[in-house]
Amino acid sequence: MLLKEENAELKKQLDFNVEKVRSDFPILSQLVHGKPLVYLDNAATTQKPLHVLHSLENYYYKQNANIHRGVHALSQEATEAFESSRIKVKKFINALGKNEIIFTKGTTESINLVAQTYCRKVLNEGDDIIISEMEHHSNIVPWQLICEEKKANLKVIPINETGEIILEEFEKLISEKTKLVSVVYASNSLGTVNPVKEIIKLAHSFNVPVLLDAAQAVNHLELDVQQLDCDFLAFSGHKLYGPTGIGILYGKINLLENMPPYQGGGDMISRVTFQKTTYNELPHKFEAGTPNIAGAIGLGAAIDYVSNVGLDRIARYENSLLEYATNKISTLNGLRVIGTSKNKISVLSFVLDNVHPHDVGTFLDFEGIAIRTGHHCTQPVMDKFKIPATSRASFGMYNTFEEVDVLYNGLKKILEVFN
Amino acid sequence: MQKELRELYQQVILDHNKSPRNFRKIENPTVSLEGHNPLCGDNVTIYIQLDDNELIKDISFQGSGCAISKASASLMTSMIKGKSVDEAKVLFEKFHHLVTAKIDENIDLEELGKLAVFSGVREFPARVKCASLAWHTMIKALEGKKEKVSTEEE
Repeated sequence: MLLKEENAELKKQLDFNVEKVRSDFPILSQLVHGKPLVYLDNAATTQKPLHVLHSLENYYYKQNANIHRGVHALSQEATEAFESSRIKVKKFINALGKNEIIFTKGTTESINLVAQTYCRKVLNEGDDIIISEMEHHSNIVPWQLICEEKKANLKVIPINETGEIILEEFEKLISEKTKLVSVVYASNSLGTVNPVKEIIKLAHSFNVPVLLDAAQAVNHLELDVQQLDCDFLAFSGHKLYGPTGIGILYGKINLLENMPPYQGGGDMISRVTFQKTTYNELPHKFEAGTPNIAGAIGLGAAIDYVSNVGLDRIARYENSLLEYATNKISTLNGLRVIGTSKNKISVLSFVLDNVHPHDVGTFLDFEGIAIRTGHHCTQPVMDKFKIPATSRASFGMYNTFEEVDVLYNGLKKILEVFN
Repeated sequence: MQKELRELYQQVILDHNKSPRNFRKIENPTVSLEGHNPLCGDNVTIYIQLDDNELIKDISFQGSGCAISKASASLMTSMIKGKSVDEAKVLFEKFHHLVTAKIDENIDLEELGKLAVFSGVREFPARVKCASLAWHTMIKALEGKKEKVSTEEE
């Protein structure tokens, strides 16, 4: 355990008031199986601060109306709130224009949208799409579906033993047949932060656009789409301390303009006759039907909250939590960390000798600790490391060094019971 | 350790997890079948050797899974070896009832014999499938099913 003075010194250096942050998340102050909740499942979803909860409440209490084309006051107010969230997202990822920001259900839908519109148009028989071996199933299956339909090939960049993309292998895979590269910015099961700038640069030298799956990156790393020069970027609100059911697809305007619509319906049209329909301008062309208005407003509130705390400050704090946790649990005999890249977000996957992750999960639950166990929707990663599953602790801005100690003690107890 | 946890992870279960019985492959089995739980990735293969009188001469398993699924497979094989196919089916029914019974339902643990160690499982709905996988696979194998079994079929 850290000494009290040491702890205070570290906190001062980090310039991060975790007690203040925790007080903004009412869900954290509860007991689970009689123990204080230690929520370490942030890579699955993050908790929501009061600021977000209040924004949802305020919308349903005072603003609820359908957006766009309403002439009455509430509709205009709801439209204003919805569209101002779009601008918040635009600023948050530094997009050129708000027309490049499309609201979706989440990362999965964002990726499917690109597969079903962009790829449906540009992909021909014999073409390639490139992904990496560490992708989440949501960045594998949408491409498999379209590749199968178009008789195209899905190529996979292998990863090494530390859980890093092997760039030389990517260089061998990319060719004039490649139509899209889609890679995860930060891995949900290994924590690896990928060298996406290099990947994008190389892809662009072949005139190939790149989609970044930023589901895990969004609450740890600064996303500047202009600086990254990515062509598409996808993330979910619920991993950024916002609501579930809302996500973002960013696309460069020239790409989005040339893509056919995704779903047909209201709001995505400019004029409909039975003979011909002309589509609405961006971003509405890709937003058929009444969207998740409250979700979008909640996401805007989450961005305000995160920006107010400071993403760089959050990242620094989480990195120190990760470092402390990695060093501490690595001292346990029979524990092996999976995903040992130098550059990681605060995701800590591990396996214990002779103890299956599901047993770890059940035992820790009784200590009040919420972690995730299983394949984390990355079965190819499990195959690569020849393990059926891992236990994964993932840290958010409200976790503490003391909670890492609780995790360590829990794991120690498990190893004693099973060995 | 808390009461529910202690009841789930009884010493017998921890012991079978650590040193599983009949954890091997039978060459040329009469029947063998693979079972899979897609929700958690557990998989088990059951091998059964029947004699001419439909007696289970030998039964073994291989695979990977949590302590509950491994101990369940281990205990099952040691209980069923030497039994008839019909007796195996009766045991399956008893086991199935034990892990899926309502929490407040009284169960005669004495009558269950060794199986009683799984009485804690019903408190953990998420773990019922872990305990049942080997049993379901065994029954389907005896019923002559050839395709892989999944816990998500029913």
